Amino acid sequence: MRSFVSNSPTIAPATPLNPRYCGIIVGASEGIGAALARKLSKEGFTLALVARQKDKLNALCEEINSSLNETRALPYAHDVSNYNEVPDLLRKIVADLGGLDTFIFMAGVNYPPGGVDKYNFENDRKMIEINLIGGMAWLSPVAEMFQNAGAGQIVGIGSVAGDRGRIGNPGYNTSKAGLATYLEALRNRLTRHGVHVLTVKPGFVKTEMLKAAQGATPFAITPEKAADDIYAAMHKRKQLIYTASLWRWIMLVIQHVPSAIFRRMSF
Amino acid sequence: MQNTFTQLENFGHSLHAPAYLIQPKTADEIYSAFKLAKKLGLNVTARGAGRSYNDAALNGGGIVLDMSAMDQFIKWDQATGQVRCEPGVTLEQLWQKVEPHGWWPPVVSGTMKTTLGGCLAANIHGKNNFKMGTIGEHVIEFTAVLPTGAEIICTPKKNADLFFAMIGGYGMLGIFTSITLQMKRIHSGLLTVDAFPVQNLRGQLSSLQDGAPNYDYIVGWLDGLAGGSSLGRGQIHAARYLHEGEDKNLRETMKIANQILPARIFGVFPKSLLYYFMSPFLNNFGTWGINTAKYIASLRKHTFQQPHAAFHFLLDYVPNWELSYGRGGLIQYQSFLPKETAETAWTEMLKLSHKNRLPSYLGVTKRHRPDKFLLTHAVDGFSLAMDFKVTDASRAKLRAMLYDFDKIVLANGGRFYFAKNSETTAETALAFYGKETVAKYKKLKKRCDPNGLLESDLYRRIFG
Repeated sequence: MRSFVSNSPTIAPATPLNPRYCGIIVGASEGIGAALARKLSKEGFTLALVARQKDKLNALCEEINSSLNETRALPYAHDVSNYNEVPDLLRKIVADLGGLDTFIFMAGVNYPPGGVDKYNFENDRKMIEINLIGGMAWLSPVAEMFQNAGAGQIVGIGSVAGDRGRIGNPGYNTSKAGLATYLEALRNRLTRHGVHVLTVKPGFVKTEMLKAAQGATPFAITPEKAADDIYAAMHKRKQLIYTASLWRWIMLVIQHVPSAIFRRMSF
Repeated sequence: MQNTFTQLENFGHSLHAPAYLIQPKTADEIYSAFKLAKKLGLNVTARGAGRSYNDAALNGGGIVLDMSAMDQFIKWDQATGQVRCEPGVTLEQLWQKVEPHGWWPPVVSGTMKTTLGGCLAANIHGKNNFKMGTIGEHVIEFTAVLPTGAEIICTPKKNADLFFAMIGGYGMLGIFTSITLQMKRIHSGLLTVDAFPVQNLRGQLSSLQDGAPNYDYIVGWLDGLAGGSSLGRGQIHAARYLHEGEDKNLRETMKIANQILPARIFGVFPKSLLYYFMSPFLNNFGTWGINTAKYIASLRKHTFQQPHAAFHFLLDYVPNWELSYGRGGLIQYQSFLPKETAETAWTEMLKLSHKNRLPSYLGVTKRHRPDKFLLTHAVDGFSLAMDFKVTDASRAKLRAMLYDFDKIVLANGGRFYFAKNSETTAETALAFYGKETVAKYKKLKKRCDPNGLLESDLYRRIFG
């Protein structure tokens, strides 16, 4: 029995005159992930799109493939907290794509505790399990492959929320700070092996997740704008970007607010 | 598993595909790799020296068997000239083993870095194809392990269907584990070479055809940039073995040291750096200058003697020359045409390349004869190999042009060779092989590899 059929015959063969850049986007069914899938496929990538929601995923792949008139996106239903699935699924995807140039981890959830006086360990745990451990479950084998191949590009999604621990959502802050640190460590490991690691820290982006945010959401951008910024940063091989870029300066200030003041702020 | 993930390239550095690399040392270890592949749902392909210009030794995201560790000679009989060795033995190892005893491999490629397993899988030809055929015609016996785990022995009589299908079968039926070859007796370390110019394509082809019977080797250089009445001009190099007793300095000329290409030019400049200085000339203007100078120099008809290795292994003369093509690398387009239609087809193709301003920077012509192998590329005619530089700007246009070339070759009864061409589609392959041949090949494939474990990027491209 062959559970996997490698190199899906629907993908056009890669040749020197028609090269194929292969990417995986984990967390592709909506938000920035979906916008990035549309953008990268338009820019010539062939993509494996991974997400929990099978129907949304299939619809997105269909949309991309019919708009480009060839198979450029393949759907893979997977819940990132099923860590044990990752090695087999990764191997299958890489075989289906016939290689791997870029790995993008965009999966993330935001379950706020519901107020500055509320605590919810179950929510915190889910965010860590998906945003951080889910990320590590994918990034770890991908990093090992790229290190051995001496090539590749990793893009991971942090958040401006990971730059300081704040009163509103400690669990989310922690998950994003953890992932950003993990990405930084990978960058320091992998740059010397020719692998590029990009950390993306979005501010407010008009997605489903934004509905979870409490209070004002200044400078909110569309997922398409975020995807454009990420693609440009991938192309220029930047290490870290904020999107919108204005957040770099805002966060520079926020990071330097002394704790004595920061812990008294309602922010 | 992830720690074996390795970025692999084609020879021209124009294509990359990462794969899990396994280096087997025995037939058992090859079979273990098949079992692992089946368990993991991956495909397997064997890779020798990775000297194919295309995707023959690539298997993106799958398992690649690096055969270079199976590089031992099993038996060498200097009385009969029969050699038995493992498939990872290179032509370089082979000629250095047999030459001091007065033998030479009957068929060699333009580089000596290739492995015998790879040579058999592609059924390579040399500059003596018109006389000695392909390397497969000198195979006495080979053994192979099939994906089913069966170990088979093939000779032209025993398991003949597999013998004629696995040689030239691009490693998609089984993996060679040993190869027995007949060497050719030589009476000198030198060849006598005649070099003379040809004014146009007609002259080029008639020189190959008329010259071939008088020589042991014949090859033409074609100036891909010359147009008008000089279209197809170039230079012929035709060589013959020395007869017994003709070489008065036999002991000296047979020494390996006198065959080996010098590592430095004029004894000082290291050739390993030469590619760097070739780079600025690899554009239309630079190559036009070089080719014109080369053609003018070739106008002097002359005869000289040259060691075998120096005559054959031109691709090794400048180490890493393929790097001089820059970031995009190069591809080679080789077409085989019957002698009746070659001139018409290539005239059209060369003109098309000039019209598109995508001339070939190196053209090589040879004389061929047909053979009995199932996936044969040979014809009673000629081949023209054209090297093209790949750049981001030229990709799409070059691709469109090569599709036009394919149409011209098919319309003229031509064939292709899959150690070279990288853009040929499954439709084109089916058209020149013929439905019957492909069906026969797939039937053998089903028998040898029922689970479809052996697949390369090439296989998926032309049989997918």
